[in-house]
Amino acid sequence: MKPLISKSGKGVMPGAGPGPGRGHSARQTAGARFGVRLGQTGAMRAYLDHAATTPMRPEAVEAMLPYLSGPGMFGNPSGSHHESRRARLAVDDAREQIAGILGADLGEVVFTGSGTEADNLAIIGTLGARAVSTGGRAGPIVCTAMEHHAVLNTCRAVAGPGIGGLREVRSDKSGMVDLDSLAEACTPDVRLVSVMAVNNEIGTVQPLDDVSRLVRTLAPDAVLHTDAVQAAPWLDMPPITATVDLLSVSAHKFGGPKGVGALVVRNGVPIEEVIHGGGQERERRSGTHNVAGIVAMAAALSATVAERADTTTRVTRLRDRLVEGLLASIAGIREIGDRMGKVPGHAHLQFAGVESEAMVVLLDEAGVAASAGAACSSGAVEPSHVLLAMGLDKEAAGSGLRFSLGTTSTDADVDHVLAVVPGVVARLRN
Amino acid sequence: MSGGVDSSVAAALLVEELGRDRVVGATLKLWGGSSDSGCCSVADVEDARRVADQLGMVHHVFNFTAEFEARVVNPYIEGHATGRTPNPCIECNRHLKFDRLFDRAWSLGFDAVATGHHARRTTTEDGRHRLIRGADPLKDQSYVLAMLGQEQLARSRFPVGRLTKAEVRQEAARLGLRTATKPDSQDVCFIRSDEGKDGFLGDRLPLHDGRLIDDATGEDLGPVPAVELVTVGQRRGMGHGLDGRRRYVTAVDVPARRVRIGTPEAANAPGVELHTVTWIDEDRTRVGELPECSAIAQCSAHGRPVACTVRRSETGRLAVTFATAQRRIAPGQTVALYDPANPDVVIGSGIAA
Repeated sequence: MKPLISKSGKGVMPGAGPGPGRGHSARQTAGARFGVRLGQTGAMRAYLDHAATTPMRPEAVEAMLPYLSGPGMFGNPSGSHHESRRARLAVDDAREQIAGILGADLGEVVFTGSGTEADNLAIIGTLGARAVSTGGRAGPIVCTAMEHHAVLNTCRAVAGPGIGGLREVRSDKSGMVDLDSLAEACTPDVRLVSVMAVNNEIGTVQPLDDVSRLVRTLAPDAVLHTDAVQAAPWLDMPPITATVDLLSVSAHKFGGPKGVGALVVRNGVPIEEVIHGGGQERERRSGTHNVAGIVAMAAALSATVAERADTTTRVTRLRDRLVEGLLASIAGIREIGDRMGKVPGHAHLQFAGVESEAMVVLLDEAGVAASAGAACSSGAVEPSHVLLAMGLDKEAAGSGLRFSLGTTSTDADVDHVLAVVPGVVARLRN
Repeated sequence: MSGGVDSSVAAALLVEELGRDRVVGATLKLWGGSSDSGCCSVADVEDARRVADQLGMVHHVFNFTAEFEARVVNPYIEGHATGRTPNPCIECNRHLKFDRLFDRAWSLGFDAVATGHHARRTTTEDGRHRLIRGADPLKDQSYVLAMLGQEQLARSRFPVGRLTKAEVRQEAARLGLRTATKPDSQDVCFIRSDEGKDGFLGDRLPLHDGRLIDDATGEDLGPVPAVELVTVGQRRGMGHGLDGRRRYVTAVDVPARRVRIGTPEAANAPGVELHTVTWIDEDRTRVGELPECSAIAQCSAHGRPVACTVRRSETGRLAVTFATAQRRIAPGQTVALYDPANPDVVIGSGIAA
């Protein structure tokens, strides 16, 4: 019997000559390019992911430090001695400041451990309270399909058939909630409607005035919640607060620390506690106050509002320069959403023929922090449900990238992006 | 990096060899559904990331769930719906690890992809790559890599292939890697152990009752539940014949909902025909040039290698004839071929028709 393998290399089949496969010889060694590593500093970094989180404002850092360990200032606000009173005073002051900026009464601000927790309290707490007040009568929930997962997944988790289910309202191609679909969803038995103030991925400002009018007319019993986490850094809040019953914000999106959020619960809107315990926050959210975090949140929000006019002008110009620069220098890209309808910091672009997951890696290496879709707990990039809700197909949704600017963004950041993105796109398309 | 000990040590060996600035860890998120084994859970990703951090290298997670579902999970389900038993690990290697991940690594500027497979790659003087069984015969994974070709091997590295499993664990312990004592993954990564294969498929396929047919007489022997879950060669649940001997599945006809069973002899076959044939080194493989060649066949991940001859059949498939009759190979199963002159060397693979 003859062996299956010829040692002489005879019988070469066509098309599969010796040597490396596709394009190997054209390759350069990868190692040299991979200079930027964890722990190495000094290389240019353009941080363009402010919608994910912002660096803390110096005012906020300064404000919070004494409440971490300062003599007489580190106390638990739920007590009666000097240290407690001091801490309580700080929380009260912060609450007053934040309430004022948001256009709410002092007692309407409930501090939470995050924006996500505020959303959970709004949704679960409303259903709990309504179950009591209506003797358990069921009614459906309505939210938009482009909500942040903090809202979307909470609604999905609680909206069993027992309460009438969840109605997810689609958005139009420009990234705005489809009001006709919303009207259709808002039947009189609806218990809760949640529509975000600003979309976290696209940056589009939702027409909450219209939403509110529509909900009040068609579903007068419904509680209206808005996730205003992306609105607070950019928009004048009182007009938004005035249109809703519940409103969520998160400190780290406007220069405050991570791990602090707030839910505005308008007077007269019933809400059941979700986190049980010592009955803090007027029995709406138990747990010892994150005093330093709350103080820093107030300081960050105050500074944000004080500088807002300047920030808006400056960041809008930077963002427009970034978007127009990219549109001018790269073929086959388009802007997602109507820029005129967005908050100043958001830019969202779709790069045809490029996988955004790979693009994020190469941009990171080139010193640009941007994001694609929503990062899941494992760190993988999920296809954007927002882009899918806007009617993009999976491939298009997998080629979108968000650059989000903030108060610390500079012309140098934009220059750096404009310098490196074309090369990265060309490389990935090759 | 699956978060297991083999890929952890593979990464460590590479960092040692190349330096941490030339190696990046990648974990594939492959399955969106619930899973408790393999490389799909958040806990496993965390293990991988912690090991990468410890080795001082960057770690990425790539989301390939869509391709995994399209290329591995759906074909697995469809296979069972039509009486075939595909090997999902091989299809994952073929389409995900050694294709999709290769493309991703390529576009990110990497020269090669290393995995924690127990197999060895050698390169001859004239630049041809060979795939060799792993040094640990009990953990050898050359079977699930047998579908690789020169192009993929050129860019593949298997750093733990020269070690036994015990040595891998020793190395992990020496380096203080958190995965040193982590149990080996078992079974199919996207199937939860509490649901099992039958539960997984049962949730995704309409299952049909069928009839058991005597392979020798054609007699109807009674009902059999869920013909989609029956595999050729299966013994479990097939009972005994009047002769007191066990019965084996000899053929499954899902559309007709008939399962044929027979004696151990009837359950054996003299050979098998393969489609989707691949060669490790196509240029040197002489099938087609010669009327018939000798080889060694391995028909499952840890199956016993058997001598065989192979030739091109009239249909263009590869006809494998065993030296002695073997238990029938279920359609969809992969057969790996090894070099009789050097039985650790993989020659190629094919899928049983």
